[in-house]
Amino acid sequence: MVALVSVGLEVLDSEDIGSSPALEFVVVLLIVVLFFARFGYFLWFELGPRGATPGKRAVGIRIAARGGGRLTAEAVIARNLVRDVEVWIPAVFAVSGGAGLGGAVGWAAGGWLAVFVLFPFFNRDALRAGDLVAGTWVVEAERRKLLPAMSVATPSTSEYRFGEAELGVYGEHELQVLEAVLRQGSPEAERQVMEAICGKLGWEAGRGDERAFLEAFYTALRARLERNMRFGRRKKDKLS
Amino acid sequence: MIDLPFLRKAEIEAPPDIEAASLRSDKFRIEREGDWLRLDRAVTALEKDRPGRISDEDLLALPVLYRQAASSLAVARETSLDAATLAYLESLVRRAWFQVYGPRTSFGHWLGRFLAGGWSAAVRSIWLEIGIALAVMLAGTAVGWLLVARDSAWFDALVPGGMADERRPGASRDALAETLSGTGGTDGLSAFAAYLFSNNSAVAIMAFALGFAFGIPTLLLLVYNMASLGAMLWLFSQAGLGWEFAAWLSIHGTSELLAILLAGAAGLHIGRTMAFPGTRTILAAASASGTRAAHVMVGVVIMLAVAGLLEGYARQLVADTASRATIGGAMLLLWVSYFLWPRARGSQP
Repeated sequence: MVALVSVGLEVLDSEDIGSSPALEFVVVLLIVVLFFARFGYFLWFELGPRGATPGKRAVGIRIAARGGGRLTAEAVIARNLVRDVEVWIPAVFAVSGGAGLGGAVGWAAGGWLAVFVLFPFFNRDALRAGDLVAGTWVVEAERRKLLPAMSVATPSTSEYRFGEAELGVYGEHELQVLEAVLRQGSPEAERQVMEAICGKLGWEAGRGDERAFLEAFYTALRARLERNMRFGRRKKDKLS
Repeated sequence: MIDLPFLRKAEIEAPPDIEAASLRSDKFRIEREGDWLRLDRAVTALEKDRPGRISDEDLLALPVLYRQAASSLAVARETSLDAATLAYLESLVRRAWFQVYGPRTSFGHWLGRFLAGGWSAAVRSIWLEIGIALAVMLAGTAVGWLLVARDSAWFDALVPGGMADERRPGASRDALAETLSGTGGTDGLSAFAAYLFSNNSAVAIMAFALGFAFGIPTLLLLVYNMASLGAMLWLFSQAGLGWEFAAWLSIHGTSELLAILLAGAAGLHIGRTMAFPGTRTILAAASASGTRAAHVMVGVVIMLAVAGLLEGYARQLVADTASRATIGGAMLLLWVSYFLWPRARGSQP
């Protein structure tokens, strides 16, 4: 425990610095940059309107106050200060091979640090210790684009006609898989899906008209499922 | 003016004709998607911190647009099976919620309120932990002194090797006095000050963060740090340099030790409320004390920046014992009166 404390930024020997003003300026800059990289980076970005660092934004998550309140500056500061014991000290401890602590003391210190490192894996909301102290959590906040409406592309005068029996085979899950295939627009995937559907319906799958067939089938199936939905009858998937 | 495609503002595309859609849920969507995209544009501008880009009518309509989008989502969940539209609405409403109900203060405004009373109110509200931490620090100093006084071999155990150099038991009085003198020049002092600030802040933040484990590691950290101080104090007073050492230390030490005291107290505060949450749940108690302690910690970092400057510059440039003690005492008085100065009510954090 005691030696853990002395593990810090012991990289610079202050006696050697000061031989030239330019070098001194670089060293000052380096120390300040390192300090802000350690704390300022997270504070600056998480206090901004997006509530996320660029990394968090890239994976589509952000910080929010637990319980739906406002995210306050103090909460962001608290969650980032605790990062020290959760990330930096264990990292230094691991890299330095137990910080020179041997035997039982080393194991005890390692085990104690593991409590912090493993904390997110042992609670329902995957809170890390900093989130717990600050009253925050990390939520999904993906940014999506509005994709075109599906039934606009389909001419309502399609030559395909589907009866109740044919449309009754599939449910909402299959409809949304079909939607993903249509939005993706890969001919091979469309061919495979068409063969699967025709096999299920007992139809002969023709060639060269996959897209039109799938769009017509999608529209008819969605119209049926949505109509039933309005009457309170939902069909989750083909098994239900 | 040159028209560059990447500078052109994204125009909202006219939605397709409502009659073109054959599904009722798509008609519902096409009727409303213009408003959704309007909200989307406003929210994007807010997220980029450029509220100036939002037109006046969009800004006025923002709450209405937000509620419309939220109600569209509620309807679409019950009537539409278009997964992409549902996902878009979910993400739009969530983003808009964070902007509409997000923090209303800027960082500058927050800092102003913090310095004008939030900080000292937070410090006063953890008076009990400050008392405990002070007692522990005094006890740690006494322990360090007594251990070394009884057996000087303890000195090596208490004082880290790098710090001790020629300051060891058995060193001559002149050698010890030499370590207390100023260096006389400013060479390398700003680097030294920045290094001290960064290092001391890390120690203080650690003292705070360790409070999470019910405060016990924070107490150990305080005792250990103060024990090495006690050992040093014994060493210098043995050589008859006790007053000189105290003055040399006080010039920055009053700020620095006070900052470490506050950091330790903030850590203890979290640990104590988690161990004894009272009628609240542990989570609620931890987050309430965590935000209060974070207030204290921002102040601690400011104090350590001041202490780093004093240690890097003033201690090396002011060699006179009396002036050193005066500066140290004045800083202590300044901090204590700042924290205890009575203020108007309503500045609680």
